[in-house]
Amino acid sequence: MVDIQTWRAWLLTDTPTSRRHAKLSTLYQGWLSFRGNTMAMVGLWILTLLVLTAFAAPLLAPHDPFAQDLANRLQPLWSDGHAFGTDSLGRDILSRLIYGSRITLYIVALVALIAPISGLLVGTVAGYVGGWTDQVLMRITDIFLAFPRLVLALAFVAALGAGIENAVLAISLTAWPPYARIARAETLTIRSSDYISAIQLQGAGAMRIITKHIWPLCISSLIVRVTLDMAGIILAAAGLGFLGLGAQPPSPEWGAMISEGRRFILDHWWVATMPGMAIFTVSLAFNLLGDGLRDVLDPKDSEK
Amino acid sequence: MTLLDVENLWVKFPSRQGVFDAVRGVSFTLGRERLGIVGESGSGKSMTGRAILRLIRPPGIVTADQISLEGDDLMLKSERQMRDVRGQRISMVMQDPKFSLNPVMTIGQQIIEAYRLHNKARKSEAYAKSLEMLEAVSIRDPERVMRAYPHEMSGGMGQRIMIAMMLIPNPEILIADEPTSALDVSVQRQVLSIIDKLVTDRGMGLIFISHDLNLVADFCDRVLIMYSGRIVEVCDADKLHDAQHPYTRGLLNSLPRLDAPCDKLQVLSRDPAWSEAPSVSARL
Amino acid sequence: MVRSPKCECAPVSMLNVDNLSVWFGNGRDRVDAVRNASFNVNRGASFGLVGESGSGKSTILRAVMGLTPNWSGAISVDTKPVDKTRQKSFYKVVQMVFQDPYASLHPRHSVDQVLGETLYLHGFRDIDARVVKLLDDVGLGGKFRFRYPHQLSGGQRQRVAIARALAPKPSILLLDEPTSALDVSVQAEILNLLTDLRTEHGLTYIMVSHDLSVVGHMCEQLAVMKDGEIVEIMEVETLRKAQASHPYSQELLAASI
Repeated sequence: MVDIQTWRAWLLTDTPTSRRHAKLSTLYQGWLSFRGNTMAMVGLWILTLLVLTAFAAPLLAPHDPFAQDLANRLQPLWSDGHAFGTDSLGRDILSRLIYGSRITLYIVALVALIAPISGLLVGTVAGYVGGWTDQVLMRITDIFLAFPRLVLALAFVAALGAGIENAVLAISLTAWPPYARIARAETLTIRSSDYISAIQLQGAGAMRIITKHIWPLCISSLIVRVTLDMAGIILAAAGLGFLGLGAQPPSPEWGAMISEGRRFILDHWWVATMPGMAIFTVSLAFNLLGDGLRDVLDPKDSEK
Repeated sequence: MTLLDVENLWVKFPSRQGVFDAVRGVSFTLGRERLGIVGESGSGKSMTGRAILRLIRPPGIVTADQISLEGDDLMLKSERQMRDVRGQRISMVMQDPKFSLNPVMTIGQQIIEAYRLHNKARKSEAYAKSLEMLEAVSIRDPERVMRAYPHEMSGGMGQRIMIAMMLIPNPEILIADEPTSALDVSVQRQVLSIIDKLVTDRGMGLIFISHDLNLVADFCDRVLIMYSGRIVEVCDADKLHDAQHPYTRGLLNSLPRLDAPCDKLQVLSRDPAWSEAPSVSARL
Repeated sequence: MVRSPKCECAPVSMLNVDNLSVWFGNGRDRVDAVRNASFNVNRGASFGLVGESGSGKSTILRAVMGLTPNWSGAISVDTKPVDKTRQKSFYKVVQMVFQDPYASLHPRHSVDQVLGETLYLHGFRDIDARVVKLLDDVGLGGKFRFRYPHQLSGGQRQRVAIARALAPKPSILLLDEPTSALDVSVQAEILNLLTDLRTEHGLTYIMVSHDLSVVGHMCEQLAVMKDGEIVEIMEVETLRKAQASHPYSQELLAASI
C-alpha cells in the first residue's frame, strides 16, 4: 500500500525531476481525468474486449467459422452448440463473429492510420504555407469532400477490384478530407500565435515548426475526431461488404454477413441481426471513447 | 442604510487534490457607497462578486450565513427567483465588453431587450428609454449607435454601452468587475466618471473590483483588500496610502513611480501567516 | 533610475530605425500601422515606446523582428543594415519577449523542451548545462526544468520566456509589454530581473508599454506614439519633470499620474 501511495505522489507531483518523469506524470493525470468519465470507460472496456477477442479468436471460437453443415442450417438462437444459431450454410454465427472481429480491427486500424495522417499532412502544410499551396491543396480536398463517401468508395473499389484491401484504401481515400479541413483550421489559429512567432525568431524552418510545434496540437483533436468517425468507417466497410464490394465470401466480415442474412430476415432474423448488433456495439464503443478523449485531449478545455 | 449584507461567504471548488477554497469567510456590508475590492489575481475578488449573484457554476459551491439584499436573503432564493434579482436589482459589468455583447445583434436590440426583460413596456417606449440611457453614458449620436453592431464600437464605447445596458433596469446595486482594465488610460477616466455620476445620481451601491490600488484609492469610498480568499484589511479609500497590513504596503511599494525614481523596485515577500489569519470583517 | 553600463568609447548605435513604415493589406484594404518612424538606440541604452492600443508601438518591434511582411524604410543593427529576409545570425543578436506569457509558450512543451530546442537551433551543443544556467539566470532554478506551462504562474512563465530570449546570447532585447499581463508585485520582480540582466549581460533594451511609470523606471529615453506616428522623443528626465512638449504626451502624462 505504501508503495502505491508513493507512486501516486510521484506521478502527481508538481515538480517533475526528469523528462521521463514529466511525461509519465502528464500521462497519468490525463488517465485520471479519463477514468472519471464512466461512459468513456465503458467504451474503452468494449474495445479492449474486441482486441482480446481478435487475438484469441482460435481459442474462443467454439467452431470453425468456415465449416459448412448444411444439415444444421439456419438454427435458431441458443440451439445445441450454436449460441447465436447458424447461417444459411450451417456455419456457426458466434464463431464467425469472433473471427470477423479480426477483419473489423484490421480495417479500423488501417483506415485510422492512413486517413488522419494524410489529412494532417495536407491540412497543416496548406494552413502554414498559405498562398497558392493552400489554394491548390484545399481545392483538391473540396473535390473529394463533394462526393458522398460511399459513392466515392464504390467508384474506387469498382476501379481497383473488390477485396478487403481495396475497401480499406477506398475508405481511407474518402475519409481524409475532413481531417485536412480540421488540421488546416487549427493550423491557421496556431500559426498566428505568439509561441510560433517565438520559435520563428529562433530561426526554425517551416518543416520543424509544422512537425514539432503544430502537429502536437492538431493531433489531439484529430484523435478525437478519428474515434468519433470510427463508427462511420466500420459502417462504410460493412456497407461495402453488404454490397459485395468489400470482403469476399466466405470471409466472415460483419457487413458481408448481414448481406447474406438479409435474404432470411423475416423467418430467420438472427442471421442478420447478430452481426448488426456487433457493428452497433463497436461503433457505440468508439463514440463513447471519442467523447471521453475529447474531454482529456482537447487543448481548448484542458487549458482552463 | 445597508443595501447588502454579506456574512461569512465561502466559495469552494472540489478538485482531485482536495477542496480548493477560492473565498474564505468574507463578510462585508454595502450601503449607498462605492466599495472597492482590490487584490491580485487569484485573491478571490471576482469570485466574491459572482458569488453574490450566485453565478458560480457547479462543481463550485457557495455557502454563506447570509447574503441579504435589503433584508431579503439571496441564499434562500430559488434559481428562478434569482433571475429576477440579476439585472433587475443587482447588475454586473464585466472586464471585456467584447465578450459580454452579442455580436450578431445590434446594440439597440440588446438594450431594448434588457429593458423589456424587466419592464412591461411598448417598443417605442423602450426605444426612447434606451436612447436616453445611451445619452447618459455620453455617447454621441445615440441613434446611429443603436443601429450599429458591437464590432463597430471601440473598447471604450463598448464598455459604456455595457454600463448603459446594465443600468437601464434601474438596479439598486452595480457590481463592476475590472470594468476599465481592458481600456486605454485616457478612456479609463472617462468611463469611471460616467459610472461615478450614474451611481451617485441614482443613489445606488457600487462594488468596484480591481487590481489597481491607485485607481480604487481615487475612485471609491471604502476599500477591502483581499489576499488568498480572505479580507486582510479594510480602510477608507483616502487613507489607503497609510494602510497598515504588510501585504497592502508591499503592493503599494512595488509600483514604479514617475516622481520617485529608484534603482530597484521593492519586492513583496509573502508571509504564509497572511493566508492563515481569519478574514477581517467589513460589516458596519 | 538605471544608468547604462559605463563605456569608455563614444556611444555606438545599436539599433537604428529610419523612416520605417509598416502596413497591412493592399490596395483599398491597406491599413498603415506605422508611418515614417525614426529613432536610434545606442549600445547599452534602454529605449521606451509608449502609446495607447493601436498606436503601432508593438508593430515597430514586430517589423524589426521580421514578423510583418510589408514594411519600408531602413533598419540597421549594430550599424549593419538588415536584409528583407532575416538571416539566422540576426536572431543571435536581436531577441524578443512577448506581451502575454500565457500565449508565448507552447502549451505542450515543457520548459526543458522550450529552452533545449532554442539552444539546439542556435547551434549550441552543451545543451543540458546551458538550460540549467539559463534557468538560474532568470531566478527559476532546476526544479522548474521539467514543468509544463500550465504548472507555472504568470510570472514564472514570463521568466521562461525571458530565458528563451536570452538563450542565443543576444545584445538587443525587444520587450513587448513584458509585464502588462502580470500582477503588480510580480511586475516588480520581473522588472528587477530585467534590470539585473541588463547590467550583467550588457544588453540594449527597446521596451514597449502603455504604462508611463514602467517606462520611466526602465528607460532613459522614450518615444511617444499616436496613430502610427512618433509624435515626440524625449529623455525620461523631461518626463519626470512633466515637461513634455507635445500636447498628446502631456495628455498621457496627466492620465497616468
